[in-house]
Amino acid sequence: MTAPSVAKTPKVYLDGAFVRSESGRVYPVGPVNVPRASRKDLREAVRAARAALPGWAHRTAYNRGQVLYRVAEMLEARRSEFITVLGGGRAAGREVTRSLDALVYYAGCADKLAQLGGSVNAVAGPYFTFSVPEPMGVVAVVAPDLPALQGLVEHVAAALCGGNVVVAVVSEGHPLPGLLAAELMATGDVPKGAICLLSGLRSELLPQLGSHRDIDAIDAAGCTEVQRRELELLGADSVKRVFGGQVGTAHRLALASLELKTVWHPVGV
Amino acid sequence: MPTSPPPTSARPDRPARPDAGSVPAERGPTASPPARGEPPPTPGFVYAPAPESTDHVRLRDRYQLFIGGRFQPPVAGRHRLTINPATEEPLAEVAEADAADVDRAVAAAQRAFASWSRVSGGRRARYLFRLARLVQERSRELAVVESLDGGKPIRESRDVDIPLVAQHLFYHAGWADKLQLAFPGATPRPLGVAGQVIPWNFPLLMLAWKIAPALATGNTVVLKPAETTPLTAMLFAEICQQAELPPGVVNLVTGDGAVGAALVRHPGLAKVAFTGSTAVGKEIQRALAGSGTALTLELGGKAAHVVFDDAPMEQAVEGVVNGIYFNQGHVCCAGSRLLVQESIAEPFLRRLTERVGRLRVGDPLDKNTDVGAINSREQLHRIEALVRSGVDEGARLFQAPCDLPARGFWFPPSLFTEVAPSHRIAREEIFGPVLAVLTFRTAEEAVERANNTRYGLSAGVWTTKGSRILWMADRMRAGVVWANTYNQFDPAAPFGGFRESGFGREGGMAGLGAYVSLR
Repeated sequence: MTAPSVAKTPKVYLDGAFVRSESGRVYPVGPVNVPRASRKDLREAVRAARAALPGWAHRTAYNRGQVLYRVAEMLEARRSEFITVLGGGRAAGREVTRSLDALVYYAGCADKLAQLGGSVNAVAGPYFTFSVPEPMGVVAVVAPDLPALQGLVEHVAAALCGGNVVVAVVSEGHPLPGLLAAELMATGDVPKGAICLLSGLRSELLPQLGSHRDIDAIDAAGCTEVQRRELELLGADSVKRVFGGQVGTAHRLALASLELKTVWHPVGV
Repeated sequence: MPTSPPPTSARPDRPARPDAGSVPAERGPTASPPARGEPPPTPGFVYAPAPESTDHVRLRDRYQLFIGGRFQPPVAGRHRLTINPATEEPLAEVAEADAADVDRAVAAAQRAFASWSRVSGGRRARYLFRLARLVQERSRELAVVESLDGGKPIRESRDVDIPLVAQHLFYHAGWADKLQLAFPGATPRPLGVAGQVIPWNFPLLMLAWKIAPALATGNTVVLKPAETTPLTAMLFAEICQQAELPPGVVNLVTGDGAVGAALVRHPGLAKVAFTGSTAVGKEIQRALAGSGTALTLELGGKAAHVVFDDAPMEQAVEGVVNGIYFNQGHVCCAGSRLLVQESIAEPFLRRLTERVGRLRVGDPLDKNTDVGAINSREQLHRIEALVRSGVDEGARLFQAPCDLPARGFWFPPSLFTEVAPSHRIAREEIFGPVLAVLTFRTAEEAVERANNTRYGLSAGVWTTKGSRILWMADRMRAGVVWANTYNQFDPAAPFGGFRESGFGREGGMAGLGAYVSLR
């Protein structure tokens, strides 16, 4: 008889630490007890993310790109583990490959965004005027329920590469791949707090996301129309940017969480 | 029928009412800076009146709605007077639309969209170029009407508003046949009918900001001008006719906020663009939640204008004055919070108050006027209430010792010192000629104070140190940063806010994105 295996307790990833929900609550996914993050967990995540924002946003784009590439390296190294947690088989293998593709794509996107989204503006006067895309700040990502890993990785990487910090709600029905992805972030040198991953019930977490005044934008990729309406309705109190669904090609998803800043300076001697 | 030439009774030679518009609160001891009433040093000469001629302006008695290429009376038959805020005298009657009129206008825009969206970019460009040229041809008339209806100095309407209107149309005309280039890897398609609601501070310029990109990208529009400033929009309707723009591509419904509310909620719209207050912007965002209607908002601001100790003093004073008193402070991106470095605060404020004391307030049509009339009685009351709160909360008020005309809506250029960041005048948008002065010691503190607001539309910085300009520009959370200048606008330079100043950009390639679908 073999020894009973040592099972891993699923935890949320909050301010660089793997923790249970402060509420102590869980919800069952198959035989596993998944943390049911509370409003307080979410508040802590937003606080941690806000604190991490200046550091992450002011890293060079080259550095952010290398960090995301490092996350891809971590995923490649643990490919078989992720295939297993995704249920195994060729479909799971394809999802891991696509997740890797997304990480590598956005790793190489970070130092292109200023040129893809920015401009030097030919104004009708003696001024040098340029526009640069800047991070919106704290971006909440509501990951699609499926594909549980790829959906999360794409949207998180798109927001991170432009200098945003992210609080993501992983798939409710299939939370384990998303929670495992936190280990990639932790070992991939994403600074603590810059990405927080919460599992839990959308019915509880979405109203908090929508009404939290320190969340600047929400990528509602994984929301139903009804959920998205709720986010837009609550988000209006702080003029929150809510996007998702079709935003165009992949680099436009990264640009969707950026805002343009235009700077003017006179030209003269 | 033409009306008589517009009255010009707000000339500075009218009997003065020195206290008009000022706050009846006690002014306190007059240390530095002096409170209002202490005259500036005598300039040694006086300005003679230099009124802009109005004989080439012929306003109609009554303007109807512009729907489907024709002027049409509103269904309910109601009209409202639009007045000259400098004299309170009536200028014309303008139709008051209701929901039924909005229905008609949206229907006309939907009919026009079917064909306009299939007109080639090159042909759409021709129409926009025509509109630009016609605006240039009628620029003097448009400038005079803008100043008559809105109260802004002719110098600004003539030299800033109307030239920018023409430039916006010209700029976007050039995009119409180059949209593929703006969206590499995607196929930009027009959205449909755009409902657009604009404010009263730059009436025709805001119209151009809204209509030009919408038409260039193949959309049709229903636009509601502001209640107090509809006249230049009505002249623009005539220009659309002159340009032979296909009927229904541009529709104008005039009226109050209820008309705007009905318009933005109309189910026939694919896109809503709003410029106005943050409170109304939030209502619109709520109303459109879940509708799938594209939305851009350009809302309020409380811009920080940061002056470092190495800034060229005279230029910075002019920049700060332009930042807050341009267009009577009725500017969403006005530099309404001066952050001056503590080490130069005293000499800077001395020069600033002296300069503010020399501003010429009066007849908007006088070519020497710096500061014109407040746009409406309602706005005057809002400004007065906020200024009163500043006095009540303990800030020290300085007001320019200028004579104000007896009739009309006037407020003297004002500034507050001894302001705490918690004061209402330091946090709320006043939208009037009122500056709140705060100080800072270090660049880090300047950034912290500048960003201590829910708004994020614009910011200014004055320093001769290049690396500091870029450091400040990077850290100030604002959609537009003016360094060693202020209040510059150009259709090629994207404009729009961070945070509660709204989302979306107007101008530049970025502004086109608000009017296309890339699916």
